[in-house]
Amino acid sequence: SAPVQVQLVVPVAVVFSSGSVPGDLPSPLPFRDVQEMEISVNLRTSVTSRYEMAYRATTAQEEAALAMATAREADAALRRLQDVSMGSLTMYVVPETSSLLPQGTSIYVGRHRSALVRAGGSLAALHTHLRQVTQVMSFTATSIAAALSDRVPDGRLSPDARRSLKSSLGYEITFSLLNPDPKSHAVDWDIEGAVNRYVKPVLDKLSLVANFSVDSQILYYAVLGVTPRYDKESSSFLLSAHSLPHVINPVEARLGSSAASLYPVLNFLLYVPERSHSPLYIQDKDGAPVSTNAFHSPRWGGIMVYNVEAPASPHASLPLHVDVDMARVMEVFLAQLRLLFGLSREELPPEFLLESPGNEGLADWELDHLLWSHTVENIATVSTTLTSLAQLLDKIGNIVIKDDVASEVYRAVASVQSAVSKLAMGHLHSAFQASKEAVTSSERAFFDPSLLHLLYFPDDQKFAIYIPLFLPMAVPILLSLAKIVRETRQHKKEPTKMD
Amino acid sequence: VCTSRFWFNYRHVANTLSVYRSVKRLGIPDSHIVLMLADDMACNPRNPKPATVFSHKNMELNVYGDDVEVDYRSYEVTVENFLRVLTGRIPPSTPRSKRLLSDDRSNILIYMTGHGGNGFLKFQDSEEITNVELADAFEQMWQKRRYNELLFIIDTCQGASMYERFYSPNIMALASSQVGEDSLSHQPDLGIGVHLMDRYTFYVLEFLEEIHPASQTNMNDLFQVCPKSLCVSTPGHRTDLFQRDPRNVLITDFFGSVRKVEITAETVALDRGLAAFESKFPEDELATEPLKYAEQLPVAQIIHQKPKQKDWHPPGGFILGLWALIIMVFFKTYGIKHMKHVF
Repeated sequence: SAPVQVQLVVPVAVVFSSGSVPGDLPSPLPFRDVQEMEISVNLRTSVTSRYEMAYRATTAQEEAALAMATAREADAALRRLQDVSMGSLTMYVVPETSSLLPQGTSIYVGRHRSALVRAGGSLAALHTHLRQVTQVMSFTATSIAAALSDRVPDGRLSPDARRSLKSSLGYEITFSLLNPDPKSHAVDWDIEGAVNRYVKPVLDKLSLVANFSVDSQILYYAVLGVTPRYDKESSSFLLSAHSLPHVINPVEARLGSSAASLYPVLNFLLYVPERSHSPLYIQDKDGAPVSTNAFHSPRWGGIMVYNVEAPASPHASLPLHVDVDMARVMEVFLAQLRLLFGLSREELPPEFLLESPGNEGLADWELDHLLWSHTVENIATVSTTLTSLAQLLDKIGNIVIKDDVASEVYRAVASVQSAVSKLAMGHLHSAFQASKEAVTSSERAFFDPSLLHLLYFPDDQKFAIYIPLFLPMAVPILLSLAKIVRETRQHKKEPTKMD
Repeated sequence: VCTSRFWFNYRHVANTLSVYRSVKRLGIPDSHIVLMLADDMACNPRNPKPATVFSHKNMELNVYGDDVEVDYRSYEVTVENFLRVLTGRIPPSTPRSKRLLSDDRSNILIYMTGHGGNGFLKFQDSEEITNVELADAFEQMWQKRRYNELLFIIDTCQGASMYERFYSPNIMALASSQVGEDSLSHQPDLGIGVHLMDRYTFYVLEFLEEIHPASQTNMNDLFQVCPKSLCVSTPGHRTDLFQRDPRNVLITDFFGSVRKVEITAETVALDRGLAAFESKFPEDELATEPLKYAEQLPVAQIIHQKPKQKDWHPPGGFILGLWALIIMVFFKTYGIKHMKHVF
């Protein structure tokens, strides 16, 4: 794979509120500092991260914002004062005794691009916290390694790294309702309303990353491939964790996908169990029922089981009318969507407090997180594609390159160079757009149908085809040429005899 | 892929359809299978049982049921299309079912059967694919990370020659016979009149009948299938390019499909009270005209058109030179006086 050297620049502003300035600052405020770190993925790929820190004191308006009652209000007030572009971060250092952060929390990460950090007395302790929080809000060595996962030698990647979706120009999201027992349950789901209210805000926020298209369907008589076990104690049916992998395949055959687009598909299935198998719960590895009653598969989608309450009287008329609580369902589906994209909030130390992003689905810094890894992934993909294309053309000398293929290659090279330089300047948004253009152009060039080389002619085939064709034709010509040459020589030797 | 056509190659179609059935039984859906068949058996006028393709003697098992989705049929099974599917260099108008939409986490199984020789495989009796082309196609796939691991099975005469030239990583190959040996067919059916299956595939399928989606059988067992006593030819395999030990590779890694799943432990807290969402990016309201049928093929114009005058081009240099040489030699040899016989 081609060598990739990328520098990721993150502008960070560290703002000290009054009473939080540590005694051992190296120089008086305001001053600047740079922290560089190398993330080496393999021998030929290295990513350098460069945090450009600007230390300053708070302005009067920021002090007023920090004087709010809760951290969430402070975060919202600070947002209005900031002019933060994508990729940059602002850290507000509050005094140790501040009541903004609850007890035991030293770091609060807001919904946008700022965080509140409790001063720790010395500069060194502050630095550790700052480094932790800037990495969480931008990128870590693991997230970069995951983006470049096809270059990392196998075995050195953590299992999480293989989980998230590959960067693509678009994604298709399909919501499916599976009703295996229509005689007992007449299920109604207001999917269009739910998509408009809950899913569109999230997709709108993600629209910077890719194009999304949403569709939905209802499948009747679609069963899970696994028979659940009846558990007497809880008088319910249970699906054990190790039978879950076998659930997806029988259903997938019936799911279908859009004929027109080639984007990866994310399937979200809502399964309403049959009356004879209700209620149905999913067990995790320890045997406890899962609170969300849902599971997901990386790069595929998620499935949630929706149990219908048994009717009050056993003689209720069938089919029972079921109105699906779409909000509860969407809470799970959107969480699965986040996990599929690799945005997980689980592995953070306890002193972190993360603000919930609400209906937007993801915080601004999580969007940045996605953009960082997608940009790096795109740049690596483009360099591999172009290098392998160049190698192919070197090897097979007689492939004809059409003009538009050549122009796509030039455009890809220009875009990827622009992306790398923009990353080195800290402009995340334009770097990402440039990397997307580079990927589009390089893929179009590499997968152009005209580059198919059925031109392999081994030497023995060349002899076998051309000799029987030209040898018989050539023999009389060569012999006659030889005769002509002989005659001319003889003619020259003897002077012409005139009769 | 079945690379043969014509009635007497019934067994190749039966081979391919039987492997297709096993792979579907073990969980791989049609959207993940590209099936290339000449598909001229079931409705062949010589078929005594129309609309069927049997794989066992006494017509026990019809593998051409109503759940067979052929993606490339008849004359679409060409070397060019096969290489296009593998490398992904497909015209943009090709539908999803005819594409190989794999990524770096996909395990691919390729099964080919037909007539082959030392270093080549015959496609539909009119063209051939060489082992070098196949190896290059796999390398192109590897460069674009279109596969994680690849299992290549070939059931033809001298099949081992087809995997000799592979050089990309993570490929494991199995063949039904070595170079210089012929692969033999298994059993003729007197009712249908042709051989129904090849020996190697028959024993592989018997082996696969024991496998179910949760089975833990590994590749080493597959290598033992069909020893020389049963198969007459010596099956071969190649694992040097494969990173994992075949002992640790499950059969279901390639023949079946078992996905990794995770329990969803998180939820997103949604505010249910919000009104309907106003998108930040209003959708463009393009002024759309009412749709009407487009004149794609102006038939009236074509019928009444005068034939286009084709531009005359002088003959190419090579042909001119050759004929000039021949004529010059002729007249030099036999004398110029014969010119008067020409004119």
